[in-house]
Amino acid sequence: MSGPGPLITPTLERVQTGVEAFDELVMGGLPRGRTTVVGGTPGSGKTVFATQFLAHGIAHDDEAGVFVTFEESPADIEANLSGFGWDLAGWREAGRLAFVDASPNDSDEMVVGDFDLSALLARVLHAVDAVGAKRVVLDSLAQLFDHFIADQTLVRRELFRISSALKQAGLTVLMTAERNSEYGEITRHRFEEFVADSVVILRNVLGRERRRRTIEVLKMRGSRHVEGEAPFTMLAGRGIVAVPLSSLRLEQHSSSKRVTSGNAELDAMCGGGFFRDSVTLVSGATGTGKTLLVTNYLAGGVKAGERALLMGFEESRGQLFRNAGSWGVDLEAMEAQGSLKVVCLYPEAQSLPDHLLTIQGLIEEFGPDRIAVDSLSALERIAPESGFREFLISLTSYIKKHEIAALCTATSKSLVGGQSASEQHISTLTDSIILLRYVQQQHAMNRGLMILKMRGSEHSKDIREFAIDGQGMHLGVAVSSAPNVFGDPAQDDPGPASS
Amino acid sequence: MTDSVERPRRVLRLYVAGHNAAAQRARENRLRLLAASHAIAEIEVVDVLEQPGLAEAAGILATPTLSDETRHPPRRIVGDLSDHARVLSFLAIRSEEEKR
Repeated sequence: MSGPGPLITPTLERVQTGVEAFDELVMGGLPRGRTTVVGGTPGSGKTVFATQFLAHGIAHDDEAGVFVTFEESPADIEANLSGFGWDLAGWREAGRLAFVDASPNDSDEMVVGDFDLSALLARVLHAVDAVGAKRVVLDSLAQLFDHFIADQTLVRRELFRISSALKQAGLTVLMTAERNSEYGEITRHRFEEFVADSVVILRNVLGRERRRRTIEVLKMRGSRHVEGEAPFTMLAGRGIVAVPLSSLRLEQHSSSKRVTSGNAELDAMCGGGFFRDSVTLVSGATGTGKTLLVTNYLAGGVKAGERALLMGFEESRGQLFRNAGSWGVDLEAMEAQGSLKVVCLYPEAQSLPDHLLTIQGLIEEFGPDRIAVDSLSALERIAPESGFREFLISLTSYIKKHEIAALCTATSKSLVGGQSASEQHISTLTDSIILLRYVQQQHAMNRGLMILKMRGSEHSKDIREFAIDGQGMHLGVAVSSAPNVFGDPAQDDPGPASS
Repeated sequence: MTDSVERPRRVLRLYVAGHNAAAQRARENRLRLLAASHAIAEIEVVDVLEQPGLAEAAGILATPTLSDETRHPPRRIVGDLSDHARVLSFLAIRSEEEKR
């Protein structure tokens, strides 16, 4: 462009990082020909992110790369990152990747007087020429500042010169920087203000004894981006996998097709069954029959020729099979016949984003028509509240996008009435809510069922008594004078206690 | 390695970037140092802009850098070599230890 000043082109060309959901956050990728600083505390995943950016270019976009390493030796990097499925050594031998080894070398060095970093720049440009690179990574600059510890201003000035030269060569540059704290200044050496067109922050926050990794785009000059933190995880063979939230649009089209709940009487109450692509929440205290409803739901689907997936987070397969057997349902036979898949996991076995990816992977692999999650409350206890909300949003939108019917359970803390946090979170995300409660009548404690909400459909407003026997659940008559134990989970205030 | 009767000349390398101001000063200082070092050492000049591969092989980041790569680990002075006293002491230490 020959204009007098740098013009911002309306749509900057994008360079995909290969971190799929991240690319969505930044409208397709990092702006081409610009410099991005990725900041993070030690262990936040900076090197993985940077390497993925190079690896994606080499493997998918036919763009060679240069890796300038200030910390680890090239051999260490090749070994450490091979677990993510990146054949760095192979690419180096094939002339698709070049290293500039600026890691601390064994030398006795003293600094006397003025100097510049022309040698570093010359080496980087030399490597770029050697492989015809389009992408350059400098990891991590903290080590460069530590190397010339008495000359911080000079290093900053030289970095500016280096990034200008790389930009002039049309290279897309990613520099990593150390941060001292998760929510403090942007980077320790604060060079990003001089060199960065874009700033991305990786966080690794400890909460509830669990690590929660997030990625945030702090700034992106001349371009739009989605704001806020998005959770991510690191997987063997894949690298960083971000979980997008804001990029999920409410574009799922609604289906009017009904599917059975597995219980004819409940179907009737719902006006003919659940919707094909709806998420239903079953909420109740322990022992009210949530798992029974789940069992019926799975069996009803399989009987209608559907494929069903159960994600169990509370009970083992053995327990689930035995319970189902006592209600006359043979889950084991359904699984053997291939129309059912039961996966039981300890909630604590992995982080919520990992659970989400596990579920997504199973859905892709098994291709179910319906899915049950028993229970969300078990998952809720392993993550901070914000993480759980993100998980729910991602899970429900994923399920609906794939037009799968879902039944999730949540355990209320109190035996009669009340609500759990997951109900508050999920009540706006689910299409239907079924409450199971203990109802005291005269001198007996019965179970009651009520459909609290059903989006897009008429439903019975009755509170129905139900009994459980060897054949499953049987809905009885409407309860005429139930005490107020059903409350209204849509409101924050559970309301006055029943009389 | 055995010392022969003739003392071997140490070849040092001076890495500079083209002919910028610092490179010019370093080149001038090189000549003075050579004169002052009583020909103990030879200092060859490497222009990193022309021979970046040599800088890569030696792991040089900064210019000017005066490096004695015959030693292990290599001994290096980063800067334009204006401080003759310190540079000479660096060389003197070398020639002292050489006699070990």
